[in-house]
Amino acid sequence: MKLTILAFGIAKEIFGGSSVRLEVNDACSVHELQKFLQEKFPRLNELSSFLIAVNNHYALPGELISEKDEIAVIPPVSGG
Amino acid sequence: MTNIQITDQPLNMLSCIEWAMDPKCGGIDAFIGTVRENTKGKKVLRLEFETYESMALDEMKKIAEEVLQKFEVYKILIHHRTGVLQVGDIPVIIVVGAAHRDAAFVACHYAIDELKKSVPIWKKENI
Repeated sequence: MKLTILAFGIAKEIFGGSSVRLEVNDACSVHELQKFLQEKFPRLNELSSFLIAVNNHYALPGELISEKDEIAVIPPVSGG
Repeated sequence: MTNIQITDQPLNMLSCIEWAMDPKCGGIDAFIGTVRENTKGKKVLRLEFETYESMALDEMKKIAEEVLQKFEVYKILIHHRTGVLQVGDIPVIIVVGAAHRDAAFVACHYAIDELKKSVPIWKKENI
């Protein structure tokens, strides 16, 4: 299935834009998406960690993704 | 009661504190974050704060609700500013109103610590 992944902070530089469009197999979990992103964008591995948000909440690794979900890569935050 | 806001306009310290004042409250604790002139030994000229606004608002609301559950407080305000800030500007204000000071201190400290852990806001130095 086709997904649009939103990017913020340092992830925006790594992706070279505020979002990226990519193709993943249909039954894709959050964990699999993370691994796929790390392979496609090796610089993500330089981050201490990054989380995946699905529909505005932090997603658990086992959660399955669907095509209509809003997905974002959340690098370590630095608000406040 | 909660008051959660993300804005690219300057934050107003006094109105935030006034919001938290209430006849039921005997103690108001405010945390004011300000842009320092240097971090990690580097001179700071300005900072840019970026946010994933829809999720940031959700996370800030979650923190506020959690504070109302965990601590004996009546009111909590969390305001965060985005965009370009200069040294001395205010990116965040958290104000807690409680019957007694202990709860106000602890709750305010908890809220800013949680904000820094989970709210999707990023600061970039000297852009």
